[in-house]
Amino acid sequence: MAQSDETKKKVVVRVCIGTGGLAAGGKEVIEAFKKAISDFCVDIELDFTCHYQKVGCRGFCARDVLVDVVDGDTSVTYQGIKPDIAKRIVQEHLINGQPVKEWLIDDSYYSFHSKQMKVLLKDCGTIDPEDIQAYSKVGGYTGIRKILSTMTPEDVIAEIKASGIRGRGGAGFPTGVKWEACRKAQGDVKYIVCNADEGDPGAFMDRSIIEGNPHSVIEGMMIAAYAIGAGLGYVYIRAEYPAAVERLKLAIAQAHETGHLGKGLFGSDFSFDLRIKLGAGAFVCGEETALIASIEGERGMPRAKPPFPVHRGLWGRPTVINNVETLSNIPYIIRNGASWYSSIGTDKSKGTKVFALTGKIRNTGLIEVPMGIRLGEIIYDIGGGIIGDKKFKAVQLGGPSGGCIPDHLLDTPVTYEDIVRTGAIVGSGGMVVLDETDCMVNIAKFFLEFTQAESCGKCVPCRIGTKRLLEILDRITRGLGKEGDIELLEALCSDIKVASLCGLGQTAPNPVLSTLKYFRHEYEAHIKDKKCPAKACKDLLIYSILEDICKGCGVCKRACPAGAISGDKKKPHKINADLCIRCGACFDVCKFNSVNRE
Amino acid sequence: MLEEKDMNDVLDRIIAKYREDEGNVIFLLQETQDALGYIPEEAVAYFSKKLDIPSSRFYGVLTFYSQFHLKPRGKNILSVCCGTACHVKGGTKIAERIQRDLGLASDGETTEDGKFTFEIVRCVGACSIAPVVLVNNKAHAEMSADSASKLVTELKKKETGVGAK
Ligand SMILES: Cc1cc2nc3c(=O)[nH]c(=O)nc-3n(C[C@H](O)[C@H](O)[C@H](O)COP(=O)(O)O)c2cc1C
Repeated sequence: MAQSDETKKKVVVRVCIGTGGLAAGGKEVIEAFKKAISDFCVDIELDFTCHYQKVGCRGFCARDVLVDVVDGDTSVTYQGIKPDIAKRIVQEHLINGQPVKEWLIDDSYYSFHSKQMKVLLKDCGTIDPEDIQAYSKVGGYTGIRKILSTMTPEDVIAEIKASGIRGRGGAGFPTGVKWEACRKAQGDVKYIVCNADEGDPGAFMDRSIIEGNPHSVIEGMMIAAYAIGAGLGYVYIRAEYPAAVERLKLAIAQAHETGHLGKGLFGSDFSFDLRIKLGAGAFVCGEETALIASIEGERGMPRAKPPFPVHRGLWGRPTVINNVETLSNIPYIIRNGASWYSSIGTDKSKGTKVFALTGKIRNTGLIEVPMGIRLGEIIYDIGGGIIGDKKFKAVQLGGPSGGCIPDHLLDTPVTYEDIVRTGAIVGSGGMVVLDETDCMVNIAKFFLEFTQAESCGKCVPCRIGTKRLLEILDRITRGLGKEGDIELLEALCSDIKVASLCGLGQTAPNPVLSTLKYFRHEYEAHIKDKKCPAKACKDLLIYSILEDICKGCGVCKRACPAGAISGDKKKPHKINADLCIRCGACFDVCKFNSVNRE
Repeated sequence: MLEEKDMNDVLDRIIAKYREDEGNVIFLLQETQDALGYIPEEAVAYFSKKLDIPSSRFYGVLTFYSQFHLKPRGKNILSVCCGTACHVKGGTKIAERIQRDLGLASDGETTEDGKFTFEIVRCVGACSIAPVVLVNNKAHAEMSADSASKLVTELKKKETGVGAK
């Protein structure tokens, strides 16, 4: 007789539907599994039932789609799964019990994880972010219950101060100190705001946390609200993250339904509610005073501090603004204790930090490391080194407010103090790896294009200063640099730093200063020799065809969008320099390396 | 384009929501754009009259935030990410190619037939799969100028060829 479904064993297929997983086809993979199972069911009676679990970012995006097959106590992980492989996994693994060897994770998966320490990301890749019960099952909402029954707000603040956690939004301000200032501020209405604007290009930590574990952020905000005396919180999140917004909305709705948000929570007299505010596409709104203006429905222009938001924030009321990752850490600190947290990391930089590891690196993805790990360990052990046979040049930290750290400083420990000493900042967690083909003047120009466009225009040093910086960098990369440009850049940078109103302007020169510090010779080569050592600046390149190597195959001629290449079949071709737009299409397509670029 | 009466109905509904939502101008405009695809001048004039707020205040907000569009946008939106990771992995080349394939002069423009809008965006937070192109908000991973060009060709076929109404 056929076994009823309830008595059959359960197999769980866990699929990553973070940003990377979705783009690689995570949803299609789930569908393919479902289809394969139902196809097999037509012919045979399966001795198991298959359940699907969607999880947030698991970090190793370079190997997406990642799929776990969990059968009782054993869990097998597959990488690089496409929908057409699902059928084989169902047949060979689920039905016949033999994992499909070709798609199993390999050594790089283990080395990617070996030096990591997952606190926040541990739950991110294993629980269903669309189910509040999943978070509760791994200890979620025990932190808030614990403080409501056993701790005063002052106790909570003392605990957070003792943990040593510093803000993850970039500046690294001690969180407990900020909360204490707000607690002590005059006023009966106070607010807690979660900064999920994540505008730094090259960063997706906050997005992944919200997509993968939204309830940890909600619980963190509740604990903060209790500590400072707030009854209402806002999450300011960028509209460019539609999936994260949906997850958060769902999480808030579920929290309401299950009594995790609202009045008199968990049998206490503490009430807390949460609203979402969508950003509208302005980087400067990540700055706290601009963010406040934006929540109030105004143009997001920063104002001078003091008064600080903890004294005069949203609608003039005392307000704490914390970053997503900061808040997500809070429940774990309360649950495990301040001494547990402060045992991770170094003397002055505690805990773990999540980084978005990207650029010219083999193992791109989302990583979480203990503070104090060396940069080189991240690049080579976790990241697996540089793609191809290229040489490492620099790692960019802190986005438009940060800087580039060169090879000889890869021993630097990742702590707030040590990274600042190099001229970069830990920042919010963007870590973009650059190789020998990246031009450092071009990178500086890239960031200035960004800050110049995003400057709100309120103060002159930032509005006009970044524009002038960009113009100078632009002419250098186009071979029009002049003697004295470097000195001019330096002078301008120091003026903008001291005279700008907010952090945007104050840090905008950092990408220029740090590249000048370590790669001054590249600036000089552009200005004096009109050469780009990395061969990246288009206007400084000359393309020609090496006649003795060219086979006359004509591939370059067809690839050239400008019609600049001529030549008969099987005879060496030629590039007309007047027509050439230096796009490099010929260089990229030539199989014989007969296109010369200098 | 909606008839004036229909549009005013839509706008009235948005005003009602706005009153519930703390009277937030950004929210009002976001809802309008969600409903209409862009912010028509007439909508601003209508809000200004109904809410007694000078239209300059609306335009101040509209021009400050890059999310708002004052002109209608294409049926398909092709966004090329040029954030840091995409930039170092060739995002600019991809952007140039798509722009050329669509025959558009600059970032933010729409083709004459209203089928495609091309834009450059600054980081969509999908850096680990750079370079990225978004087609109507769906991310396509690890693109190259060639694969992006193919994507455009396919889309064009879908819009003009078989199956199109
Ligand atoms: C131009 C600018 C942009 C910023 N963008 C962000 C951001 O996107 N996310 C964030 O958390 N903090 C951002 N910050 C830092 C915030 O102003 C603030 O310091 C932070 O949210 C405080 O939270 P924390 O103490 O938990 O780090 C930005 C600062 C500046 C000057």
